[in-house]
Amino acid sequence: MATLDQTLNFAAHKRQRQRQNLSRTIIYYTTVGLLAIVMLYPVAWLVASSFKPLDEIWSNVTSLIPSTLRFENYAEGWQGFGGITFQTFFGNSFLHAGLGTLFTVTSSAIVAYGFARVKFRGSGIWFSIMLLTLMLPSQILMIPQYIIFNELGWINTFLPLLVPRLGGDVFFIFMIVQFIRGIPIELDEAAMIDGTSKAGIFFRIILPQIVPALVTAAIFSFYWTWEDFLGPLIYLQSPQLYTVALALRAYTDTGSINNWGAVFAMLSLSLLPVILIFVFFQRFLVEGIATTGLKG
Amino acid sequence: MSDPAIVLPGTERVNAAVRKSANRKRKDFKQNNLVGYMFISPWLIGFFLFAFIPIAISLYLAFTNYHLLRGGEWVGLANFERMFTTDIRYGRAVLATFQYVLIAVPLRLVFALAVAMLLNTKRRGVYWFRAAYYIPSVIGGSVAVAVMWRQLFGGDGRVNEGVINTFIGYLGFERVNWFGNPQTAIWTLILLAVWQFGSPMLIFLAGLRQIPSELYEAAAIDGANASQQFFRVTLPLLTPIIFFNFVMQVISGFRVFTQAFVITAGGPLDSTLFYALYLYRRAFNDFQMGYASAMAWVLLLIIAFFTALNFRLSRYWVHYDTKEG
Repeated sequence: MATLDQTLNFAAHKRQRQRQNLSRTIIYYTTVGLLAIVMLYPVAWLVASSFKPLDEIWSNVTSLIPSTLRFENYAEGWQGFGGITFQTFFGNSFLHAGLGTLFTVTSSAIVAYGFARVKFRGSGIWFSIMLLTLMLPSQILMIPQYIIFNELGWINTFLPLLVPRLGGDVFFIFMIVQFIRGIPIELDEAAMIDGTSKAGIFFRIILPQIVPALVTAAIFSFYWTWEDFLGPLIYLQSPQLYTVALALRAYTDTGSINNWGAVFAMLSLSLLPVILIFVFFQRFLVEGIATTGLKG
Repeated sequence: MSDPAIVLPGTERVNAAVRKSANRKRKDFKQNNLVGYMFISPWLIGFFLFAFIPIAISLYLAFTNYHLLRGGEWVGLANFERMFTTDIRYGRAVLATFQYVLIAVPLRLVFALAVAMLLNTKRRGVYWFRAAYYIPSVIGGSVAVAVMWRQLFGGDGRVNEGVINTFIGYLGFERVNWFGNPQTAIWTLILLAVWQFGSPMLIFLAGLRQIPSELYEAAAIDGANASQQFFRVTLPLLTPIIFFNFVMQVISGFRVFTQAFVITAGGPLDSTLFYALYLYRRAFNDFQMGYASAMAWVLLLIIAFFTALNFRLSRYWVHYDTKEG
């Protein structure tokens, strides 16, 4: 039986606990908040600088709030260089990343289904060989691939960047295989009894189920392709074909830039697709990394 | 897609292996070579054309002095001899890469773990902080961020105007000529790597959520304080994940290219001439593709060596049995 004394004692204790919790909460949110500011400051600085009047960019360098918004930075940056506007560069990048992602994800899904659900001689060996190729540094393939594509006359076209994508991507194949293995096999069996072929099962039963894995693969594939620098650097030579990454590098490499507002505007714009996808598909990304260890 | 058109001749064939296992539960799953190879053919063809054949060519090139424009001939081990004896820049490249990997990887993982611990709570709004900390990793590999990073540290002779130096000035310290000094240039790249701790953070967070709360309750009853709980419960149970992250980060650390190419261009005095950057220059600026191929194979061996070393050392510190934790 609780006496009055005990009840009062308990209430005082509870108040003290609450006070302690409050101060802990304040400390916690201050810490994570400050860290978030430090983490996001560089990006905020870039975007802020892209709107600053030219004389303000370096004179009021740490400020995140432009005195006036100068939208002309974007119009001037869009003009690009050498008579080629950023419309061309963005077009090239969307072509590269869009088609590349389409090829990669489609092929990866088909191959993954073969490994996960069709029994055939040698499937174990091929699967092991496939995983082994993950260990291979791209530096080993880069040079002979260049020589081959050079012989084929593919240099200075998008073919060397897109055609190999038709083989799928080992990372994604592996991820989708794991995903398919989690789907109850009874669904396949039921369809098979109804006389559906393997291809039919793939399209009608498996494909609708693996959409989340395909979305994750598509997001990562788009990111990696959009940000890819080495591939375009090696294969694309005429500025007409430059992707955004290549164009930004060429744009800022001249050493005599006087319109930094325009540069920062184009840098910000190039990050926009990536950040938009992140905002809309955060869930897929976070789960993709947490469950498969994919690198972002 | 209609089915009859897709049914392949092989589908109906019941072969011996299946007949033998006809009493198995899933007898409907026949072995089907043709269909199987049809499905994996995109990868298989891609593998032969863009991996197997190039690997063979690369292995051959490593023993030649092949030059893209002049061709080449068999030189035996001369490329490797040159790498380890006469090519001073190669030694610098290896050194710079090791320095980068040895500093950036542990720093990045310590940050990732610390922040994951901070976010492993049921408090409100954690979701948004997790997203905020991950954004640098999403955009971090891009040229845009590399160009921005160079400007933050006052590149292109802007020593007094860069953001970082301005803050250093506010704090009353002397401004640093980041890109003019071999000692400091590499730190711009290390800091960029640390800033992008998002992926290992998410993997750590997933691991932390797996640790049963009963273990902490038991530890608390035994009188363990927060730091004891961390070192006796959290850390031992996380060692498999720390190990996984460490192996992956070391492998990718050896391959860093874009950031060094754009931010420091390998300088000053080759202090940031990372392996992948030096290899690229030999292959695509000097067209010495035989020599560069030899370098690529040595890179494979270096990465394989460190991965194997990691696995070997892991038995001394990685706990796989949760009961022992």
